[in-house]
Amino acid sequence: MSSLDFSTTLANAWFPAPIFTASGCASSGSELAQFFDLHSIGGVVTKSVMTKARHGRPTPRMAETPSGMLNSIGLQGPGIDAFIAKDIPYLVEQKARIIVSIAGETVEEYATLARKLRGVSGISAIEVNISCPNVENRGLVFACDPDASRRVIDGVRRTIGGELPIIAKLSPDVTDLVHIARSVVDAGADAVALINTVLGMVINLDTMRPHLGGKTGGLSGPAIRPIAVRAIYQVHAALPNVPILGMGGVASGRDALEMIAAGASGVSIGTASFGNPSAIPTIQNELKELLIAKGFTSLRDAIGFAHRTEIADVD
Amino acid sequence: MGEINKNAQQLKAVLVSNKRVGQYHQLIVNIGDVASLCKPGNFVAINVGGDTSRMVLRRAFAISRVSTNSISGGTMELIVAPHGQGSTWLCSQGEGSVLDVVVPLGTAFGIPTEPVHVLLVGGGYGSAPLFGLAEVLNARGCRVDMLLGASTASKIYAPMEGKRAVNSLRIYTEDATMGQAGRVTDPIKALVDDMNIAVIYSCGPMAMLSAIDSITRGTEVVHQCAVEESMACGIGICMTCVLPTKDSDGNIAMLRSCIDGPVMDGENVMWDSVGKSL
Repeated sequence: MSSLDFSTTLANAWFPAPIFTASGCASSGSELAQFFDLHSIGGVVTKSVMTKARHGRPTPRMAETPSGMLNSIGLQGPGIDAFIAKDIPYLVEQKARIIVSIAGETVEEYATLARKLRGVSGISAIEVNISCPNVENRGLVFACDPDASRRVIDGVRRTIGGELPIIAKLSPDVTDLVHIARSVVDAGADAVALINTVLGMVINLDTMRPHLGGKTGGLSGPAIRPIAVRAIYQVHAALPNVPILGMGGVASGRDALEMIAAGASGVSIGTASFGNPSAIPTIQNELKELLIAKGFTSLRDAIGFAHRTEIADVD
Repeated sequence: MGEINKNAQQLKAVLVSNKRVGQYHQLIVNIGDVASLCKPGNFVAINVGGDTSRMVLRRAFAISRVSTNSISGGTMELIVAPHGQGSTWLCSQGEGSVLDVVVPLGTAFGIPTEPVHVLLVGGGYGSAPLFGLAEVLNARGCRVDMLLGASTASKIYAPMEGKRAVNSLRIYTEDATMGQAGRVTDPIKALVDDMNIAVIYSCGPMAMLSAIDSITRGTEVVHQCAVEESMACGIGICMTCVLPTKDSDGNIAMLRSCIDGPVMDGENVMWDSVGKSL
């Protein structure tokens, strides 16, 4: 029986396993707790929370597409105060490791959220979602602009101090992803999350109009996995010391290992949980067995393996 | 164990029987002891298309009835119309096929503690769960009257054995191919005015549920409706199946029809705001 060190780190945050929920795909964890122990996975990345409660976009909010789906939720949520009062204590009680995802409409809103979270115990890291595609104005997608991205991260970094790792969640819908990644790292991000959903649209041929209430939506699922693997590979090549939380269509242990080989230190599971509530523990077990079968003794040895110039045999 | 989805199990379940009934398929699935946890109104989420499918989302189906003592153990009955890719795949599965199911999910119809007079209203194949509900209400001693409606006769689901649990059954079709001509909601106002109906249970298209609400709103009649909204997950994590609601304290919220429904108090649904921004 081979032994494997399955633990990983995202900046100074340590996790016993590299598989996480993806923000917006696990609510705040309690819905999935019936299907597996939240403590047994790497961690729970909570649904992006804003300062105020928000109803989100009108229905229809969903369209299944080949090997994927579009969603158009529009950041529905309880607001940061209710989230801190209810959702964090629940996750702490479950002994889950928590990454809180925050989203704002302005640079100031992100800083306000960081201030509210600063004194909350039990949080491993903060994901700063600057790339949600489901906002009214595409100009609000900070992650499409290096300067706006930098200002958001800078505001959060100044507010939160040096204590909590900041993970900047980026969009693949940009021309030069590495440039954006450099900007957020320069502004104080400790890690990046790649990738948010890809902007898409479905036309309903009965109504001959866009199907989703919000017209456009975010494409997720296996259809976008190669885009995610490419994004991770590019950013890891340019910034090899910046940890990456990878996501985008991972549905098996093999898919997760692709992302790790491309450069991800951890992998989040989103749409796969919609189709299979036990996807996360299943993928985690498959990844573990696959690493052992390939002769790895530590997950960390596999991170960025695809960048090695010589294909070395692993023992 | 969570409070949400608290009885839900993910099972590999054998399809015991698949029979075509008119435009629908009657599927019997062996779910063992979990059958005893299923209540009228609950639904099941089923993986479709097999492992290599390009369909990544589960499909939700109302459980029409359960049996806890059939030859093959506990079973659930589903009435499925093969109209989309997922439901067509499911209806094409042979007896003995193994299905990946998550069951039971969602809220159930509330059963009155007293043997009151109730009215069950079903539209199209949405009527299926009402027959299982009728059996429970009948056992409670309720007087159960049922109205079924559809655009045409072939879309009426009314199995012979289901009729035993109801005191009366009236059928309405818009093209007069079965029962009386008209809509199933046409006689409700008169029934509510003339009889001492305590609860209306409804299942069917949203327009039908909304029309019933406009009759019961502001009256003493309780309207328990099973809503329909497209879902990606069925377990409360995707936030796509929301409906605008307002509770008795005036709190407005987009509630998930998978975990806060499918059975909702019709008076709490803001019918005019469905599909609009709040």
